[in-house]
Amino acid sequence: MTHFSILSFAAHALSGHKNWAATWRDAAPRDAYDIVIVGGGGHGLATAYYLAKVHGNANVAVLERGWIGGGNAGRNTTIIRSNYGLEGNTAFYEHSMKLWEGLEQDLNYNTMVSQRGVLNLYHSDGQRDAYARRGNAMRLNGIDAELLDQASVRRLAPFLNFDHARFPIQGGLLQRRGGTARHDAVVWGYARGASNRGVDIIQNCEVTGFKRGHDGAVLGVETTRGPIMAGKVGLAVAGNTSRLGAMAGLRLPIESHVLQAFVSEGLKPVIPGVITFGAGHFYISQSDKGGLVFGGDIDGYNSYASRGNLPVLEDVCEGGMALMPMIGRARLLRSWGGVCDMTMDGSPIIDRTPIPGLYLNGGWCYGGFKATPASGWCFAHLLATDAPHETAAAYRLDRFATGRMIDEKGQGAQANLH
Amino acid sequence: MRLPCPFCGDRDIQEFVYRGDASLVRPEHEADMFAYVYLRDNVAGPMREHWYHTQGCRNWIVVTRDTRTHEVSDAVLARAASEPEGPR
Repeated sequence: MTHFSILSFAAHALSGHKNWAATWRDAAPRDAYDIVIVGGGGHGLATAYYLAKVHGNANVAVLERGWIGGGNAGRNTTIIRSNYGLEGNTAFYEHSMKLWEGLEQDLNYNTMVSQRGVLNLYHSDGQRDAYARRGNAMRLNGIDAELLDQASVRRLAPFLNFDHARFPIQGGLLQRRGGTARHDAVVWGYARGASNRGVDIIQNCEVTGFKRGHDGAVLGVETTRGPIMAGKVGLAVAGNTSRLGAMAGLRLPIESHVLQAFVSEGLKPVIPGVITFGAGHFYISQSDKGGLVFGGDIDGYNSYASRGNLPVLEDVCEGGMALMPMIGRARLLRSWGGVCDMTMDGSPIIDRTPIPGLYLNGGWCYGGFKATPASGWCFAHLLATDAPHETAAAYRLDRFATGRMIDEKGQGAQANLH
Repeated sequence: MRLPCPFCGDRDIQEFVYRGDASLVRPEHEADMFAYVYLRDNVAGPMREHWYHTQGCRNWIVVTRDTRTHEVSDAVLARAASEPEGPR
């Protein structure tokens, strides 16, 4: 493996950058592994990376139905933050944020982590109080949060529609350490790191079933590239968790929904960080290429189609125009949809399943990208030690039966409202 | 996406509110409530689901829609579909 540095870059410049090695090995499946991870997205690759690096077990395969970076890892809006208010979430997402902060040095890969700030705007006294409460919960957990008044928000983002007749901006909750990262580079970096430590990354390999023992335990997987035996099988296939779960006989507290995202033509720098509208569902940031990256609500009906419908586009654009009318003349370049595991309380699952040998990482709703490092870290911990990591102990599969839901939004058991 | 409301005809989905899987039936016994409230088949393929035509005739309808393609193959009034418990 080539260590990326200014020296290796200069050396390769001399040969016209024609001799860079492949970033990871495109492995063929072996007969058996200690651990097989289904799903070669950010979470699966991060899991493999930390299994190899932290737990010293590289006898691991990552199976990907398509190609690395071709699923939801390439369909998100790249935002990272740890501004959660409920116990169970705060420590986990802060763990993730700390891993983001050291990720490039750890991976020796430029994941373009940019802590440009995440600003949640509030538009009423009640919303200010709710944000103050969440900000206080964050600060009590050692996470940075600042409650800004309108004058402070004006200094940060003078272009906002402060005097909107119906939803005037009163202020915002700012997490300066939040921001964005380059989604493709995150999967490529984790794939490179895992592969270099001996993990097999197997693409174009779809799981079609599970090999079961006489006691029902999962002993391996059937795939389009043949059977693969495994000491443990970990699912990291958010969006399709129910389909894989059904193959093993599991019925899960998850619905699949489609979330759309949009990007405009490239503009000069206009949006300083990530800004969210508190009176509708609209969030926006600007990519390093200049495109405005924005989105809003999920479409709201069950879908595996990876594409949405126009009412959500209209709703999102109305939110954008209410918040920052200056973007009205920017032209929309692309839109896309990703399939999300929506759980019944809006929070993820990292846990053993009732089936011996089968472990579950899923239910990331529409917030999985920011969780990638900690999700991998905690799932690796669970797979290696059979015990939950301390920051993910609340993400139990049985919490819906025991009443220990983590419902940040307080919506109840209606998946499309989270 | 448009839904063929049996009463109003083809209408934009903006007029409808989604409730979800129409195969779920409120159970008799409390012990079965957990599965009813929290667990879902989450079908990838044709699925029968409840929609409410809130900005139209205000009927509950049962739509059969393929979750992989969004193709709608059937829509009937929920009353006509004789849901055992029926949507409210």
